[in-house]
Amino acid sequence: MELKEKIIGKSLLLIALSSVMILGLITFFIFEQGIPLISKVGPLNFILGERWVPSKGEFGIFPMIVSSFWVTAGALALGIPLGLACTIFLAEWSPPSFAMVLRPAIHLLAAIPSVIYGFWGLVILVPLVRDRLGGPGLSILSGSLILGFMTLPTIISISEDSLKALPPTYKQGALALGATHWQTIWRVLIPAARSGIVASIILGMGRAVGETMAMIMILGNAVQMPSSFLDSARTLTTNIGIEMGYASGDHRQALFATGIVLFLIIMGLNSLAIFLSRRRMGS
Amino acid sequence: MDKRTSTKSQAPDSKQISMTKNQYSKQNRLGYWILGFDDYLGFGFWKLGILAILFLPLVLATGPLMGCQRSKPEITVAGSTSVEPFAELLAEGYMKNHPGSNIYVQGGGSTAGIVAARTHAANIGMSSRSLLPDENDLHPITIARDAIAVIVHPKNPLNDLPPARIVSIFSGQIKNWKEAGWESHPIVVVTREEGSGTRETFQKLVMKNEEITLAALVQDSNGAIRQVVSNDPHTIGYISLGLVNEKVKAVKISGVEPSVANIEVGRYTLVRPFLFVFDAEPAGMAKAFLDFVLSPEGQKLLEKEGLVPATFKVH
Repeated sequence: MELKEKIIGKSLLLIALSSVMILGLITFFIFEQGIPLISKVGPLNFILGERWVPSKGEFGIFPMIVSSFWVTAGALALGIPLGLACTIFLAEWSPPSFAMVLRPAIHLLAAIPSVIYGFWGLVILVPLVRDRLGGPGLSILSGSLILGFMTLPTIISISEDSLKALPPTYKQGALALGATHWQTIWRVLIPAARSGIVASIILGMGRAVGETMAMIMILGNAVQMPSSFLDSARTLTTNIGIEMGYASGDHRQALFATGIVLFLIIMGLNSLAIFLSRRRMGS
Repeated sequence: MDKRTSTKSQAPDSKQISMTKNQYSKQNRLGYWILGFDDYLGFGFWKLGILAILFLPLVLATGPLMGCQRSKPEITVAGSTSVEPFAELLAEGYMKNHPGSNIYVQGGGSTAGIVAARTHAANIGMSSRSLLPDENDLHPITIARDAIAVIVHPKNPLNDLPPARIVSIFSGQIKNWKEAGWESHPIVVVTREEGSGTRETFQKLVMKNEEITLAALVQDSNGAIRQVVSNDPHTIGYISLGLVNEKVKAVKISGVEPSVANIEVGRYTLVRPFLFVFDAEPAGMAKAFLDFVLSPEGQKLLEKEGLVPATFKVH
């Protein structure tokens, strides 16, 4: 029996280690490939440079950092209100029979491959934006709209879980004190579930920053500094995705260096989010 | 009492077993360290099961690799996404003639194809650009020539553009169709990504020292550019002539229509080679495939798709 436990324990340790090891390997590899180029170009030139012309040896990714920011911000501007409204309805208002239909439908949103979102956006949304609002249609606005929908399942399922995990006494107490249903939700339940909701938004943001395939199809991938929501743009992920196939030498390393910046941004965002949500819990 | 007699009767066997057991425990320190026991012969089927599960992925992974070397003839052709659709047609033709053989065609890009040929990741690399000086150790063989066509939406009334006008449009000096002789609407330039063989050829032969505007939309394949141009009347792009269809319009350059006939007489000069790249002299099935591609049958297939046969000398 003891032997069996030992074997199981060690096998599980091995398997667990292998997954962490893969993370370590990936991290090591992108840094090993990317750092030489960053030091060659200079970290400031690389991050703040406004021109990306690999054939001339110019590697500046500032427009892509800015574009990533705008696309993600746009996605959250759509995803947060829509996601929270949906969560509150599902958790508090929806009749159970309706929730039984709505919830799987939302989970299904997460199961749709991103290339389908991209294709749908390209065929339906892009011409709409082009004809109604102008510009090439392949734009930050179209990208943000699609990404907003893509973040919904993450935001809804995690924040709904955190609302449902609250002790029922919170709701009962608030209602007993004479608060209306809406007051209970807005003043008691949501503040109490805040850390989970923040976590859901952060995870949605991670989805938005990391999305590649749909963005390659919808953003138009121009390497310019975007000046409006109707401009074409290129995010950090799509820069890697679109140029990977043909890149070699410095160009290839520059794409890995782009990966490093992406990596650091996501690490920074997540750390900040964890820090914020923990502080909130503590006070 | 019973037990003892039974042991005795099987004495030679158990002795052998214990010897083997000792050998195992000495030889398999690593196994001992990982699994935490050295009772290699006393184990039950469940332990065997765990081992099997642990090693199954390994076995599954090596299986196809081992099989690859002795099974029926097959080769991999990888590289340029411009050459890929034509290589697929050729592979189909070859496989029809040689039942039982397999040719796998993969994309990835010209540079990736050249690297694949060098590292033997593929038997044949495809490239839609000439080799660079540091790639000269490889053997390139031109299988066909391809023209690059400048394309616009069929609704665009412009049919003919002089090279200088094309340069000023693609470099962003002209930003409105009005300046090019059409309605007042911003021009949307569509280009290929950096490193693409098509883009490098376009840069070298048309743009020369001018830079393609950074505001240009970037798409990562001929098909994607065709898709964008066919959807938006105010776009302009460039793709492989063989892939021009009725949804887009190829413009004449200074009155010269991009056509196989004009390429053959050397009037249309926006032309680049399609290469098969080999690490060494082609041999075996790779050579058989190359021979098929260069045969009249293969060349005819390419010509039908809008390419210029390799056998034809271009000026």
